[in-house]
Amino acid sequence: MLLIKEGRVIDPESGRDEWGSIVVADGKVADFLPNGEAPKRFDGTVIDAAGKWVLPGLIDMHVHLRDPGFEWKEDIRTGTAAAASGGFASVVCMANTNPVNDHPEVTRYIREKAASQGTANVFPVAAVTRGLEGKEMTDFAELQEAGAVAFSDDGRPVRSALILRRALEYAKAFDLLLMEHAEDHELSEGGAANEGWTAHRLGIPPIPSAAEEIAIARDILLARFTGGRIHIQHISTKMGVDLLRMGKRAGVRVTGETAPHYFTLTDAAIEGYNTHAKMNPPLRGEEDRMAILEGIVDGTIDVIASDHAPHDEYTKRCEFIAASNGIIGLETALPLSMGLLAGGKVTPARLVELMSAAPARILGLKEKGSLRKGADADITIVDPETEWEFGESDVRSKSRNTPFFGWKMRGRAVAVLCHGRITHSLLKGIAPVA
Amino acid sequence: MEWRRKHVLGLADFSTEEIEFVIDTARSMEDVLTRDIKKVPALRGKTVVNLFFEASTRTRTSFEIAGKRLSADMVNFSSAVSSVEKGETLLDTARNIDSMKPSIIVIRHPASGAAHFLSRYVSCSVINAGDGSNEHPTQGLLDLYSVLKAKDKVKGLKITIIGDILHSRVVRSSLHSFGRMGADLWLCGPASLVPREMGRSGATITYDIREAVRDADVVMMLRIQLERQKTAFFPSLREYARKYGLNSEIFSLAKKDAVIMHPGPINRGVELSDELADSAHSIILNQVESGVAIRMALLYLLAGGHNAAH
Repeated sequence: MLLIKEGRVIDPESGRDEWGSIVVADGKVADFLPNGEAPKRFDGTVIDAAGKWVLPGLIDMHVHLRDPGFEWKEDIRTGTAAAASGGFASVVCMANTNPVNDHPEVTRYIREKAASQGTANVFPVAAVTRGLEGKEMTDFAELQEAGAVAFSDDGRPVRSALILRRALEYAKAFDLLLMEHAEDHELSEGGAANEGWTAHRLGIPPIPSAAEEIAIARDILLARFTGGRIHIQHISTKMGVDLLRMGKRAGVRVTGETAPHYFTLTDAAIEGYNTHAKMNPPLRGEEDRMAILEGIVDGTIDVIASDHAPHDEYTKRCEFIAASNGIIGLETALPLSMGLLAGGKVTPARLVELMSAAPARILGLKEKGSLRKGADADITIVDPETEWEFGESDVRSKSRNTPFFGWKMRGRAVAVLCHGRITHSLLKGIAPVA
Repeated sequence: MEWRRKHVLGLADFSTEEIEFVIDTARSMEDVLTRDIKKVPALRGKTVVNLFFEASTRTRTSFEIAGKRLSADMVNFSSAVSSVEKGETLLDTARNIDSMKPSIIVIRHPASGAAHFLSRYVSCSVINAGDGSNEHPTQGLLDLYSVLKAKDKVKGLKITIIGDILHSRVVRSSLHSFGRMGADLWLCGPASLVPREMGRSGATITYDIREAVRDADVVMMLRIQLERQKTAFFPSLREYARKYGLNSEIFSLAKKDAVIMHPGPINRGVELSDELADSAHSIILNQVESGVAIRMALLYLLAGGHNAAH
């Protein structure tokens, strides 16, 4: 038994935003008690949530755990430690491991290791095509039975429109979600930064925004034609947001995510050939950044996900064009996203929607993303006021590839519960369960 | 002014005063070059390493002659490695060379930003002799110096650069050197090789060579770098030569005393007609000559020659 006492409970799924207490029993949400009704005596752990937000456990639906195969960059233990520390109860991990998660054995390996060593729920994404090669579909149904929650060749797109069409159609029978890394490879090939003034000035081979936009348009059109369900990953461009909006208006079963860096930074961050600002899709221009913000505010963008992409130092300590793509994000996603609240256009409830309720809904995780009675007791407790500076000592990930060291943050996850188990705590007297 | 700069990575962050100071120093170096014995002991006991990851004859030779005229010990390190995938090799190579305690590394590398990167990991000075499509600062300075010698001033001159703007590191340096001095800069070429964003440099963009050359004081032709193009940016060399090659007819639109420049090597008959390349308007060989003086000046300044002299 555990009592989270008198915090601001924000649960858009049940329409709740009020001060009160949550009772946790047997790994489930057992009750909600409005302020004043919390029991005076409680036989169990009491977490004082005064002044804190109590949220359904955050879900990061775009993470690279690098396990199996690249354990020197990250593994399931350290990746989930970073997740918990960043406020996440669940992570959804991409299939570009080695071996690729294109076989039920790999899916099972991930789930079993997560169960024994993890401090967050781990939901594996399986590859759409074997070896991520874009040629043959993987065994969707078998992978789903093994625990895959969605399918994506993330890191690269499904290049062939025909293969994607087939996959969308085939997936319908099992109500599977396809997630697409939208990129026209021919247009982007050789590029290393957004095509714009900064890249041209620095002489960096450019990646046009059209490379993403064309692929998003293709993906939406194929979802429309087949009636399949598609989720567009890490949207970074203005037209990408516009296309998603258009697709939704047309009734296409399409959802979309962006990552905190796309609404926080622009390609100006690559100045000085900063490889810690190199990712794919690349950081875009200010107009794109503003459009992403607008898409978040008006509901076009469904989800904020980190695209946590750990890389060892030497693959970033080199010439810009040779550097690996991606940054770690699990420990900065929440505080950077809380930056959206400052203008008042994004409410705390909307933020919970973006980082918990919507991912749960899109992925079909019925017991997640909500604090209704009977839901899994995945709970994130946030101190919205605390001001802190993100530094190396905050990092639980094995990798350090982030452009955000030294950034002043406001707001932080101070405790996380996963099935009622405390996986992260900065609170006095409350220790995470080993 | 006092020279404080340790590295010459690009002209992007050079002040006007610094550029003028280099030019002034180059002028005094040029005196050395007119002597019978073209050698001074200014850099005696200093080692300069030419670290070239890309084929180059003239730039490397120019640095080598410049160093030798100043009595530096010149070491050439050429690597056949052209793949930018070999990032660790660059760092390791550079650290190895740095351990041998040279005073200056002159680097040419196919990756933009390679010189900046190197400068963060070595203890010696670094001169960028061309990094990818980013900058070629000594070229930018020698181009400015050449125009100053031909025209006495740069302010208000219409300077047109024609060709592969997209991939050119010469442009990205010359925009700064000519720009700081108040030139009226024009960029011209096929639209697929002249990114519209380059207009933000302050230069005027045109795809019409006649407009670019009309009343120009300086016309700089760029080499069509076929080796940098994976897929074609224009239909054929034939069409390129017809639409963007400089010939006497087009050049007649320029001012009567206009000069023709080219960073070399020239594709005769493609971007520049044979007759113009060898005409009295051409200052192409003066550029090469200026190059030695500019590189002597920079080696001298970076090796502390300036401060030592005072």
